[in-house]
Amino acid sequence: MTEVDRVFREEYGRAVSVLVRLLGDIDLAEEMVAEAFVEAVRRWPPVPPSPAGWIITTARHKAVDRHRRESTRDARQAEAALLAEPSVTEEVGPVRDDRLRLIFTCCHPALNRAAQVALTLRLLGGLTTPEIARAFLVPEATMAQRIVRAKGKIRAARIPYRVPHEADLPERLRSVLAVVYLVFNQGQERPDLAAEAIRLGRQLLELMPDEPEARGLLALMLLTEARRAARTDGGLVPLDRQDRSRWDAELITEGHDLVRQCLRRAQPGPYQVQAAIQAVHTDGAATDWVQVLALYDQLLVLNPTPVVALNRAVALAEVEGPAVALTVVEGLELPDYAPLHAVRADLLRRLGRSAEAADAYGRAAALTVNADERGFLEARRASVTSGSGGP
Amino acid sequence: MAKYLLSVYQPEGTPPAPEELDAIMKNVAAFEEDAKAAGVWVFSGGLDAQSTATVVRRSGDEVLLTDGPFAEAKEYLGGLTIIDAADLDEALHWGRRAAEATTLPIEVRPFHWA
Repeated sequence: MTEVDRVFREEYGRAVSVLVRLLGDIDLAEEMVAEAFVEAVRRWPPVPPSPAGWIITTARHKAVDRHRRESTRDARQAEAALLAEPSVTEEVGPVRDDRLRLIFTCCHPALNRAAQVALTLRLLGGLTTPEIARAFLVPEATMAQRIVRAKGKIRAARIPYRVPHEADLPERLRSVLAVVYLVFNQGQERPDLAAEAIRLGRQLLELMPDEPEARGLLALMLLTEARRAARTDGGLVPLDRQDRSRWDAELITEGHDLVRQCLRRAQPGPYQVQAAIQAVHTDGAATDWVQVLALYDQLLVLNPTPVVALNRAVALAEVEGPAVALTVVEGLELPDYAPLHAVRADLLRRLGRSAEAADAYGRAAALTVNADERGFLEARRASVTSGSGGP
Repeated sequence: MAKYLLSVYQPEGTPPAPEELDAIMKNVAAFEEDAKAAGVWVFSGGLDAQSTATVVRRSGDEVLLTDGPFAEAKEYLGGLTIIDAADLDEALHWGRRAAEATTLPIEVRPFHWA
């Protein structure tokens, strides 16, 4: 990666958000920042002391030049506004606010989730449209169209470029956090996307240090990411068989610190509780299932969904045995959800009901798209089938 | 400022009971008063039944009339409000108020020109 590529990756979102504020137009802002990077390729090295400041100033000058060439009355007014703007390079505060504004614009609830994700990755993550298309397994033209439509709606419907009012903040923040977590989960098969989500998560926490759920989400992502190498070691490895020496100790320490900070604030939310569960899983030599179950009880109150109930049943099986958990699992309405069948299969296996377990493993494997998971489920199915002496 | 159309989408079928309708109309009147007080109100009104509509269509040199709505639909335009708002957030605030008052879905859409 060249120095310019590195700066692009790290500073693109910052530069675009400042230019969007100055120019009031996303497309123009992107174009000017792109031109500034072209200029950087021509002039660097040496890389200036503040590469982001250099890019922002250069992009601003490009915008002034553009307005001069157009020389209409509107353009002259815009030029005057640009020149009157104090230099942004030294001011950390406004720049931070700009990124926050842009995140809230990209994740505005008037845009559908797919558009929110695409815009966030494009404008704040600096990913190109083909990269985003590849990550979400959609044709490049579809993704390009999605981004164009979203930008068009922002412009035509006047989606504002600002941090929401206090009263709207909790609801609006939920949508921002959901976008980041969705990018992270997409990264289960794409480590670069998981890294991007963590980077966005770090930015959110830096921008909103008083939002406990932003802290909780970062902790949750770090503690999940810490186990990536051990989890996917030549196929899917369940938690109890993971080689703990392959967990990333640094990420775990950071995640545990964040969870402790959340606990001190005592304003629990779904991401914080999920992070706490991951913290218990990554604490000491073995999982304290009683504590995990208590946390799932709390999560089920905050987030009463069948998926949470299913995850709680896994903990319940460890504390009260597979028979109790099986009753819970069989009462859940999630007919096409692969993890439900995988959990059910596992409980049946532990209860010695091998034939039913094999059927359930088969059902789970058929519903799973992830190749590692499917391999794991098929291996389990074969082992219960041979164990029971069945066909 | 920009103008937005708030359209009320009404399901086909039996209208609400009179007392229920009374409560809705009171809420709609309060919504309109509040929008006027906030200085965003431009126009509002409720439309008559789909069966009262006539479509006028140019065909070559002639203009043809058809009895009935442009398209039969399960949900049709029942009424509308036009507001002048600073941005989408402000328009959505009034859209939410309209949805609460009418108990019906509201489409919030910016005017391209007006």
